[in-house]
Amino acid sequence: MASVTITNVQKNYGAMNVLSAVDLSIADGEFVVLVGPSGCGKSTLLRMIAGLEEISAGEIRIGERVVNDVAPKDRDIAMVFQSYALYPHMDVASNMGFSLMLRKTAKELVFDRVGAAAKRLGLDVFLQRLPRQLSGGQRQRVAMGRAIVRDPQVFLFDEPLSNLDAKLRVHMRTEIKALHQQLKTTSVYVTHDQVEAMTMADRIVVMHDGVIQQVGTPLDLYDHPANLFVAGFIGSPGMNFLPAVVSRNNTEVEAQLSDGQTIAIDPRLLVEDGERVTIGIRPENIEVGSADTLKAKIQVIEPLGLSTQFYTTLADLQVCIYAMGRTDRKPGDTMNIGIKAGDVHVFNPATGQRIDPAA
Amino acid sequence: MIAGRSRKARILGSIGLYTAVAAYVIFALFPLFWTLKISVTPQSLLYSEGITMWPSSATWENYKTVLRATDFPRYFLNSVIVSVVTAVLVTIIASAAGYALSRFSFRGKTTVAVILLLTQTFPLVMVIPPIYRIMGELGLTNSLTGLIIIYTAFNIAFATFLMQSFFDGIPKDLEEAAMIDGCSRSQALRRVIIPLTLPGMGATLGFVFTAAWSELLFALMLISSDSQKTFAVGLLTFIGKFAVDWGQMMAASVLALIPACLFFGFLQRYLVTGLTAGAVKG
Ligand SMILES: Nc1ncnc2c1ncn2[C@@H]1O[C@H](COP(=O)(O)OP(=O)(O)OP(=O)(O)O)[C@@H](O)[C@H]1O
Ligand SMILES: [Mg+2]
Repeated sequence: MASVTITNVQKNYGAMNVLSAVDLSIADGEFVVLVGPSGCGKSTLLRMIAGLEEISAGEIRIGERVVNDVAPKDRDIAMVFQSYALYPHMDVASNMGFSLMLRKTAKELVFDRVGAAAKRLGLDVFLQRLPRQLSGGQRQRVAMGRAIVRDPQVFLFDEPLSNLDAKLRVHMRTEIKALHQQLKTTSVYVTHDQVEAMTMADRIVVMHDGVIQQVGTPLDLYDHPANLFVAGFIGSPGMNFLPAVVSRNNTEVEAQLSDGQTIAIDPRLLVEDGERVTIGIRPENIEVGSADTLKAKIQVIEPLGLSTQFYTTLADLQVCIYAMGRTDRKPGDTMNIGIKAGDVHVFNPATGQRIDPAA
Repeated sequence: MIAGRSRKARILGSIGLYTAVAAYVIFALFPLFWTLKISVTPQSLLYSEGITMWPSSATWENYKTVLRATDFPRYFLNSVIVSVVTAVLVTIIASAAGYALSRFSFRGKTTVAVILLLTQTFPLVMVIPPIYRIMGELGLTNSLTGLIIIYTAFNIAFATFLMQSFFDGIPKDLEEAAMIDGCSRSQALRRVIIPLTLPGMGATLGFVFTAAWSELLFALMLISSDSQKTFAVGLLTFIGKFAVDWGQMMAASVLALIPACLFFGFLQRYLVTGLTAGAVKG
């Protein structure tokens, strides 16, 4: 096991800059998830750690060793590909034992290690089969097995679950997490699915357009998104955003919406009277039917059994509200809603940066 | 076939399909049958019996004459040498070139591809005179080596594109997985890529072999002595000044089919997977 340190790493394809100045340190044994929309460069970063992509500038270290010019085979890493990349002409046992065999490990030891990994993944009965004789889920397990028999310094995953159906994906998610808790091998996991990121990660790295937006624990990112992008990306249903103007009088600070309704915000925030801001409110932080005076008009109601989702309009913008329990309200009704000052995230609309209270 | 259609319609459909297939097979194989028929027809019956499906008496006489009394065994051996060496050479070179075109980007890659393509576009007859001159000066006329060089050169372009498409069909991920698993690039090539490209190489080998085996134009032009003739040129020796010895010519043709059949029989296993590889996602 080892840490991974990425210092000021860049990637250019010709004149096109795909990653700019990425800095990231991953601790020994940590499970880090790289998440972001398609094309943001997360696979590129992962492949640079693997040695499959050249590093245009900067430095990547695995443990103490700078690996910029080390061949993939000498980096002591294992990678699970989205396509699984199983060798079609080798049976499951040979697929899993290939790396050990290349290292001239004794036959009995390869046999034992493959057997143990297969058992752990429930693959023992498939060892003599070819990949094409397996289902998608079984192939995915073989790909996992091929990685774990190695006992590498670092596991790299590139969207390993995206070819599975929804149910199996949830199952494998917990299984990978359980596996990590047992093996404690440093892992870097790429996904574009924020739920996968939230559920699996020790720390999440949110990327956008080749730039790291924020690094933090799942709840850190959820509670204190550093900018509008992270705020909108993390959480489902997503955060509601409303433009507002700050009005300050004495101790009270309010955000005034375009239709004149006001929402109280944390008075310690560094905002001035008359300043334009974007406020963000998570759907579950809006209290339905409170004594408050904010009024929202219901457009659509989605009953989920345990909870209810309301799509409403507030100040002419769509606002999603997530409430526990059931409702007998009807679309078209107007309802009173309440929002606690502490639950309102405030952002600078020009830079997108979060505005924090004065220290 | 589709469920729900009536039994009768299904049977009719099958009959139609098999009739069409049978008609095609007959159409394709009939000339071969005719060759075989004439090869076993005694000289005396060839013109006297009219058109029949099978002569009233068959004979191996033509085969015996061809094998014993003509230079045909020599031609035959020459053809085997030229075709096998050409097929192996082309397959090796085309595999290397196809791999490079498929996997690497290098300066002049497009130029190379375009030039390869250009060589395929003009008629061969045009290049015969200059090639004759060149080969003459190199002392390579009337030699099997000369033929092998020419055949290799003329088959490489197509074979390279063929091999490139086979390499393109192998996902890059596989190579990368192998390299992460501990292979160098050449090990990944040897242990993962080549085993998966064998069907493609088989197809290329078969294709080039057939092309070289039946080539006439260059062989006719570059070879003059009997000892260096390939069988395609040799066949023409059965056309005498005053008569064509059809029986012997056809016997020789049937014999010439044998190695091609053997070759394809041997390759068939690879060919079927080779030509359909990529058609089905596995
Ligand atoms: N070989 C290449 N040449 C030029 N540009 C490339 C190349 N490979 C990737 N890119 C560009 O780099 C950017 C990042 O690609 P990358 O594969 O890392 O995205 P990603 O975040 O993994 O997206 P996805 O979720 O779709 O897999 C993309 O804009 C892509 O177009
Ligand atoms: Mg990707």
